[in-house]
Amino acid sequence: MVIVRCPPRRALLVLTCLVLPLSPALLACRGGMEVTAADASQAAESRGPAPTHELRVEAPPPPFTDGIFPCSDCHNDTDLPVNPVRRPLVDMHDDIVLKHDEEHRWCLDCHDAKNRDQLHLAGGEAVPFEESYRLCGQCHGEKYRDWRVGVHGRRIGQWNGAKEYLLCVHCHNPHQPKFKALPPQPAPTRPGRSPQQPQAAPAPGGASGGR
Amino acid sequence: MADEPRSVTRRQFGTVAAAAAAGWALTACGPKRLHDVPKDRLRTLIQQAEREYSDTYGKTVTVSDAGPMPGVLFGYALDISRCIGCRRCVYACVEENNQSRDPQVHWIRVLQMDKEHGVDFRHADPYYDPETVPQEGHFYLPVQCQQCRNAPCVKVCPTGATWQEKDGIVVIDYDWCIGCRCCMAACPYGARQFNWRDPSLPKDDVNPNMHYLGNRPRKRGVVEKCTFCIQRVRAGRYPACVEACPVGARKFGNLLDPDSEIRYIMEHKRVMVLKEELNTMPKFFYFYGT
Amino acid sequence: MTADLRRAVPRFVAGGVRTALKGPALYWWWLAFLAVLLISGVLSYIDQLTVGLSVTAMRDQVSWGFYIGNFTFMVGVAAAAVILVVPAYIYQWKPIKEIVIFGELLAISSIIICIGLVMVDIGRPERFWHMLPFVGYLNFPYSILAWDMIVLNVYLAINVTVVVHMLYRAFTGREYSKRLVVPLVLLSVPMAIGIHTVTAFLYNGLAARPYWNASILAPQFLASAFSAGPAILLVVLQILRRFTRFHIRDEAIWKIAELMAYAIFLNLFFHGAEAFKEYYSNTEHLLYTQYWFQGIGEHRTLVPYAWSAVGLNLVALVLFILPAARRNVVTLNIGAAATYAGCYIEKGMGLIIPGFTPSTLGEIYVYAPTMTEVRIAAGVFALGFLLFTMLLRVAVAILLGELRLAHSTADGMSEASARPDYAVAPPPYPVDAR
Repeated sequence: MVIVRCPPRRALLVLTCLVLPLSPALLACRGGMEVTAADASQAAESRGPAPTHELRVEAPPPPFTDGIFPCSDCHNDTDLPVNPVRRPLVDMHDDIVLKHDEEHRWCLDCHDAKNRDQLHLAGGEAVPFEESYRLCGQCHGEKYRDWRVGVHGRRIGQWNGAKEYLLCVHCHNPHQPKFKALPPQPAPTRPGRSPQQPQAAPAPGGASGGR
Repeated sequence: MADEPRSVTRRQFGTVAAAAAAGWALTACGPKRLHDVPKDRLRTLIQQAEREYSDTYGKTVTVSDAGPMPGVLFGYALDISRCIGCRRCVYACVEENNQSRDPQVHWIRVLQMDKEHGVDFRHADPYYDPETVPQEGHFYLPVQCQQCRNAPCVKVCPTGATWQEKDGIVVIDYDWCIGCRCCMAACPYGARQFNWRDPSLPKDDVNPNMHYLGNRPRKRGVVEKCTFCIQRVRAGRYPACVEACPVGARKFGNLLDPDSEIRYIMEHKRVMVLKEELNTMPKFFYFYGT
Repeated sequence: MTADLRRAVPRFVAGGVRTALKGPALYWWWLAFLAVLLISGVLSYIDQLTVGLSVTAMRDQVSWGFYIGNFTFMVGVAAAAVILVVPAYIYQWKPIKEIVIFGELLAISSIIICIGLVMVDIGRPERFWHMLPFVGYLNFPYSILAWDMIVLNVYLAINVTVVVHMLYRAFTGREYSKRLVVPLVLLSVPMAIGIHTVTAFLYNGLAARPYWNASILAPQFLASAFSAGPAILLVVLQILRRFTRFHIRDEAIWKIAELMAYAIFLNLFFHGAEAFKEYYSNTEHLLYTQYWFQGIGEHRTLVPYAWSAVGLNLVALVLFILPAARRNVVTLNIGAAATYAGCYIEKGMGLIIPGFTPSTLGEIYVYAPTMTEVRIAAGVFALGFLLFTMLLRVAVAILLGELRLAHSTADGMSEASARPDYAVAPPPYPVDAR
């Protein structure tokens, strides 16, 4: 780039003309929670963490397996009577292996026995699948509080505008929430001595070594 | 024999004065570092650059000249209890910031640490390559430019090619850097990379959304480093590494905004910085989320 | 006056060039050898310019190497001129006053080598002017490299001014102007200390590199500079004695060796102090010193060099402390070579590489210069030595009165005479009667 010096006064004027239009962006400059999506001016009204039971978050729909929802297609009073006895499932849903406090809990501790199209809290209050975070938050309180303010969970969207939330279940399988180990992406190549020399493959373990 | 004082003739004085004046005028016409270029002239230069890059890479390239937003100081927090060392951030960064593929340039370096030794670089391994991560007995520490408030790299640069912007990002003027690598010697975090030969950037892989101080293609012989994805964050978006992290270990925001998640982390979590005793005052914080 | 200048200066330059290109066979063999090194360096440098610095072994982990190591060493050699300047101009000690100009010539050549090494090290040499104030932007006073650039160039300017002035005056058969030379030369003393202190501060100020971030670095640099630089002078003085009629007194050479003894002792002492601090305090910082003296794990490449450097300097210390050994030409030269090699190793490899190894993130990259790197550095050295040789040749010729401006005749075209013209003024330096 070839650049030329310019009188300071003119630079100041140009700079001012550039900065002034940016000032409304100040209003959008916030990191808090949003009650509704995207609108920056609306965001200015809601400051601070909202009360738990009133929080509504815009998130993508829950990641149901294809064809599984609505559950009431099968689980209705006529086709399948409710069996509240705790047991391993054999006929259906046997592919779901519960590894989530399975010693003390089973399916109907979260899924509502009477209406399978929703979940229920410990006290019995019904919770739609779109608000499953409220159910998770009962036990995982700290995670829930962190997730509300954007500290827990994958972060996408705008740092100074509408935050995009994902439901807990978008990352955590509710039946086996612990993350599986992933294969790592390739290790960096070790510094080689010359451009012609092929880079040595990374040796397992140990940081040292050079050529 | 003692010297007789010789008087300067008018002709001699005139010659010298004319030479000095010409020199001064020339310095006004010559290139300057981007830090000192006035905004309108910068816009012209950037438009030139856009045309150049569009021609070279066959894509419509935009080079942003977005300045720092007032009232913004960027901060970054990384949850060490979450990072599994999958390196998706590393490669997301490579794609977003037009890093050279060969020779390989990575702005982020993930270190596999021993839980037994804690944050001890003597036991850090950046070349880990197991089947899956995380590995038992290890935790993972990604390191990139810490955007120090008291940046030693800015202090030592002899040409002033690197400086800290008002929103806290330490930037490099790639056209002004002479490649002396003083900044690399001065950086305690190994955050700066040098283009030891011509960077290679396949046309298809070019990210056409550039910033003049960020991810525009670099040349051989200059230093580069993480800029907090200046082309994204000055447009309100998160850096690419934040969005790429599959376990949500990375957090970013405006330190001056009391409602930001970065402030929440600073206030509620156990936060630390690397090599604190060096008083670099990084704006890249590490914390334990659990 | 102006007419004189217009006549004298071209003859000074032409006479100098002609003298530099005249000499016995050995002189030509030496120049040819240096020319070969220079050409090899240039060819390798072209390679580096086309491909990039990847032709060296430097990488992100060890981002300074052979070039900067040699640069640091040569700044020390340039500073060593002060070991002649102080006895000559402050103590007015005649034996050294007669030869002080050789120290200044060494300083000039060393600074040229330093500038050359920096130019080959930077990634974009065509942008070096970015460092110039007003034209570019010089990050003064924060960047120590900015300071270094200023002091090195000022020191060069001082030495060039003094040398050119003295030689020009001698060439035209007049004495040099004390009013010009003495202040400059006195200034060159703190400047010499200054250039090497600033170079030390370049490393010293980097908190990121605990091996360098030690207060002892600046004093240690000076001590090793005053050990190695005069060693070259000792050899050069003996060569001048052997190949020219220039008379150099034994006392001068012995005094230089004596002063070097102090410097070598201090150098070893400072290293010892640093080693004590690292080993006794036994903090994490020990790692770098350990890499140098013991190696880390299986990485022991530098260990033989570390102990050789210590051994060589000890040998030199013993030889230079004993007056009898100083006076014996064999032991004197062994000592000079020993301390030069010892300081070269510990300033070059012993300073740069352990500073970067392990890296800031704990990685060990084993650096050893590539052939290209060595050739380029050797080319720069050859350039400096070529310059030094030719300057010496011209200086000796002028000082011995062999190169003189002849009195002008009516046509003003007579060349510098081959025989000294004593009617103008006696040569300022004693001519060897041999």
